[in-house]
Amino acid sequence: MSAPAVAIIGIGIHPFGRTDGVSGRAQAVHAVRLALADSGLGFGDMQFGFGGSWSAGDPDTLVSELGLTSLPFINVANGCATGGSSLISADAMIRAGLHDIGLVVGFDKHPRGAFNTDPASHGIGAWYGETGLMLTTQFFGLKIQRYLHTHGMGTDVLAAIAEKAFRNGALNPNAWRRKEISASEIAAAPMISHPLTQYMYCSPGEGAVAFVVCRADRARDHCENPVYLSGAALRSRRYGSFEVFSPWLAVDAAQSPTVDAAAAAFAQAGLTPADVDVAQLQDTESGAELMHMAETGLCEHGAQEELISSGATGITGSLPINTDGGCIANGEPIGASGLRQVYETALQLRGEAGDHQVPGDPRVGFTHVYGAPGISACTVLTR
Amino acid sequence: MTLSGGPLSRTVDDSLFTSDGTALLGSRCDDCGAHTFPRQGGCPRCTGASMTDVALAREGTLWSFTVQGFRPKTPYQGPDEFEPYGVGYVELPGQLIVEARLTENDPDRLEIGMPVRMEMVPFRTDDAGEPVLTFAFTPVGRS
Repeated sequence: MSAPAVAIIGIGIHPFGRTDGVSGRAQAVHAVRLALADSGLGFGDMQFGFGGSWSAGDPDTLVSELGLTSLPFINVANGCATGGSSLISADAMIRAGLHDIGLVVGFDKHPRGAFNTDPASHGIGAWYGETGLMLTTQFFGLKIQRYLHTHGMGTDVLAAIAEKAFRNGALNPNAWRRKEISASEIAAAPMISHPLTQYMYCSPGEGAVAFVVCRADRARDHCENPVYLSGAALRSRRYGSFEVFSPWLAVDAAQSPTVDAAAAAFAQAGLTPADVDVAQLQDTESGAELMHMAETGLCEHGAQEELISSGATGITGSLPINTDGGCIANGEPIGASGLRQVYETALQLRGEAGDHQVPGDPRVGFTHVYGAPGISACTVLTR
Repeated sequence: MTLSGGPLSRTVDDSLFTSDGTALLGSRCDDCGAHTFPRQGGCPRCTGASMTDVALAREGTLWSFTVQGFRPKTPYQGPDEFEPYGVGYVELPGQLIVEARLTENDPDRLEIGMPVRMEMVPFRTDDAGEPVLTFAFTPVGRS
């Protein structure tokens, strides 16, 4: 395994969900202060910052609350991969030798039913939205329908995945949805976009996550339990992949950006999917977790039904996935969502995940986000 | 535009259709043969910039489908009274896979691989009370 260049030495989170009366920026400041306290450092020690938020304000304005120290603070906007992109940018900054230590933060605060998108921002004509084709929920229904057909799977597995998400969320004090819901209740919920029901989808939400990152070879100067960013990669789509907001697809299918990003992250870490002890995968809805299990290389296409029904993807299983409840139980504040996965993985590797701790002293974690317009960011984390 | 055999009607966007309104209008790359819909100037496969207008096939097979279960928010312009509608991807052999509304909204009557045909359907009524047409695919051999 190649030596990692960057370590996470401080982690902080503001609980996900809805926090009335607390702005997204205030949630970000809360997370940053926790991350700084965890690292034993102050904001004045930060040499740079990367921050992302879709709709809760410009991250670089947080300095007015945290301290006007003149540090370079760069705003990152990459849709669902915003958090991953921030982390990758920080990784590059440190690898390049420009700085030794810095801050990464992601936060958001979306109202109910957010995420209606203007076709023009994607280079698509107004007709696409006007005629009711421009919906992420619809895309996920179309995508999983094709996937289940191609790989000969039934729809029961979709309810089982959501049931696990709520079960794990119930164990996580920072999760939004903390009540277990049975698979039969999930399957019987209103149909949003066949074959996906209301309880199989995540919702726009609120939350914030922050990290203090530093040169790996200095990590132990600051803390006893660093988590190393052994691999981190972002990829966009290839010709022929099946992505959201596509008026047409190529007949010749290509692999998803998830496949490329996961492979690059594992290669950088010198590890393989078989080495992973705990994984957090983008579960915008149940079908996404199902597809991403195979696209990331954690299992073969078509092997998911057996893994899920046998409990292998549960917290005590052989391949624990979305141990904090994932997007389904935490909601999706876009700027913070990918960093939540890294936060959960850091907790797991540090053995501090409490009721949702994976047994067996996990050493290798994996995170994966995927989103519009066909991007994926993955990390491999080790200790 | 005038549809063959029909009354004077407007479409949701005339640039999506051939001038006689009977087929979708896409682009074909002069260099590599890749197709796109709608028309565009650059080729997403070979990165070239020489594209020619081409009428897309009106018949194909259903590649995937779903049913829109709730009334979409803005910018959706459909009628206030919502009825779930089918949405699918249809493979037009040798060309591309196009996304479209389906005239069938019962998932039990839709099946991947079934033959479907394009038609123009009224999608909403404009302020003057005239129907606005868009394209949709309907299962072949069904009413």
